[in-house]
This record gives sequence, C-alpha cells and structure tokens, in this order.
Amino acid sequence: MPLRSSATTGLKIVIVGGFGVGKTTMVKSVSEIRPLSTEETMTRAGIGVDDAQGVEAKSTTTVAFDFGRISLNDELVLYLFGAPGQERFWFLWDRLFSGTLGAVVLVDTRRLADSWYAIDRLEHHGTPFVVAHNQFGEPTHTLDQIRDALDLSGDVPLVACDARRRESSKAVLITLVNHLHALSSARQVTS
Amino acid sequence: MSPRLEDEVPDRLYMVTGGRSSVTDDAFDLVTLIVSEGDPTPGMQSEHARILRLCRSPMAVVEIAAELRLPVSVVCILLCDLLDTGRITARNPRPAPAETRLPDPDMLKQVLVGLQNL
Ligand SMILES: Nc1nc2c(ncn2[C@@H]2O[C@H](COP(=O)(O)OP(=O)(O)O)[C@@H](O)[C@H]2O)c(=O)[nH]1
Ligand SMILES: [Mg+2]
Repeated sequence: MPLRSSATTGLKIVIVGGFGVGKTTMVKSVSEIRPLSTEETMTRAGIGVDDAQGVEAKSTTTVAFDFGRISLNDELVLYLFGAPGQERFWFLWDRLFSGTLGAVVLVDTRRLADSWYAIDRLEHHGTPFVVAHNQFGEPTHTLDQIRDALDLSGDVPLVACDARRRESSKAVLITLVNHLHALSSARQVTS
Repeated sequence: MSPRLEDEVPDRLYMVTGGRSSVTDDAFDLVTLIVSEGDPTPGMQSEHARILRLCRSPMAVVEIAAELRLPVSVVCILLCDLLDTGRITARNPRPAPAETRLPDPDMLKQVLVGLQNL
C-alpha cells in the first residue's frame, strides 16, 4: 500500500525488548502494512586497507530488524521498529534512536533481565519511554512488583498488554504519546 | 600466501555500490521520505531504476531497503547518487527543537489523534 502523495513527515517509535518478547507481534497488530524486515550493517571500527594486498578487511556485523507503519493523517506517517534489546546490538540503536519520538520497552516477567540493558541505555540517552508488560498466560506478578524488579522510577509509565490484540497495542502507543506530550508541555513551560 | 584480488568473487553489495563505503550516513534518516522526480532512463543502473519506480509515491528509506533487500547503508549510497543528480527529492523528518529535545506538543496531539482513530 503506497503512502499518500501528501505525506511529508516520517516519525519513529522503537519497540525494544529481548528475543521472543512480542516485538514483531506488536508491530504487526497495529501496522497498516505487513511488517517488513530489513538489515542494518555495521563495519567494525579499526578497519583499514591492508596495503600489502589492497583488499579491505571485511568485518561487518549484520542485524535484521522489522518495522511497520501507520498513516496518522495526510502528512504524518509513524514507523514502528522492533529492535532487539541486547547489548551486542548497540550499533543499531544509535541509528534507530536518533530522532525517535520515544520507545516502548516490552518485558516478559519470565525474563526480566533481558530488558535491563535497554532501560539503562534509554535513560542514559535521555530517550523518553514507557514499559509494557506483555502477558503470556496468567499474570504472575503485579505491576508494582515489576516496577520494583526493574528499579523503574515512578514517573515512567508501566502498563500491561497483550501484543496480539490491536486495541491493547494501540493503548500502549497512546500511553507513550501521552507521556511525551506531558513531558513536552512541561518543558515548554519551564524553558 | 596471500589471496589475489581477482580470485575473490565480488559480492553483490560491492557491485551495487561500486565499492564505495558509506560516507554520507546523515544525509538520510530511516524515515526520510523519498519521491522520484522522473522516470528511469535507458541504461540506468537497475537499482537506481527500481528506486525511481518505487518512489512514484513517497516511500521511506527503510521501506526501500526492505523492498530491494539491501542493507540500509547501501541504499543510502544509492539514494545519494540520485539526490545529487536531482532524480529524487527527500522529505526529511523535522528535528525536535534543541531546547526541549522533544517534539512540540501540537505535533504530539496530532499523533495522538491519529492513533485514536486507528
Ligand atoms: N500468550 C501470548 N503470546 C504472545 C504475545 N505476544 C507474542 N506472543 C507469541 O510469542 C511468540 C514470540 O513473539 P514475537 O513477536 O515473534 O517476538 P519478538 O522476538 O520480540 O519479535 C510468538 O509466537 C507470538 O505469537 C502475548 O501477548 N501473549
Ligand atoms: Mg521479532
């Protein structure tokens, strides 16, 4: 499905979390296109030209990430990226997070540790985010317990969701944008 | 014993970019929207021609990469060629105001309305 010719501005939200936490599922549940996948490559630092051979030493890491899109109105198009949260994918982050509106950290209570690095990185980067607890089966933890376990500050919104359901995923995105709106309004007043 | 250059099978990425590596990373964002300014011309490199066909309606850099099955960094090099010769235009995302580092509330309100209408 092509974009409208009036589309002028692409926006980004990144959904980050460990393997199997439901990132692709969430992208799919709200996207107007079938989620697409592409690759980003990083050439490792310190690579030069090997003078003896004239052949550039190849040391390239590739990671696949998927994305979907939502046309918000005639001009604005929102792209959702599912990004693996582990530390070894840090190079992908810098590219994804530059200019992003904000992030959703998806967590699975069976593997909370998978999201520690992502949360750390977002805080350090100053990227606003919300945390969504993707429920697999019966809830085993309260949101307060999860907040404690993640050592999450009180002003970061934390919600439960079922990434398979469109309404639920939509509610997560709305929570994020409301949070951004509150932050942005507050800063405009103080700055 | 060192391998000779001609023994190496050049990979597709090398062929597509003519061996250039990415130098213009910040010219395009993943969500920069690309629009063609004309039709492909005979003899044009096939990837360039495909991009021009794909971008008859605006298309984000990341979608072009997915369609062409090429890494984003390679697509950016191809786009640079096309931009330099005026065959495409690029609609770049608006950077957030430096003082708040957040998009302005009015724009966020539009995003919110768009999501609620989903
Ligand atoms: N029960 C349940 N299963 C889910 C939920 N979200 C995703 N899944 C399943 O979990 C598996 C992994 O999800 P996926 O989106 O591929 O994870 P990703 O690696 O983060 O992209 C898939 O089989 C999904 O169907 C959820 O909210 N509840
Ligand atoms: Mg996935």
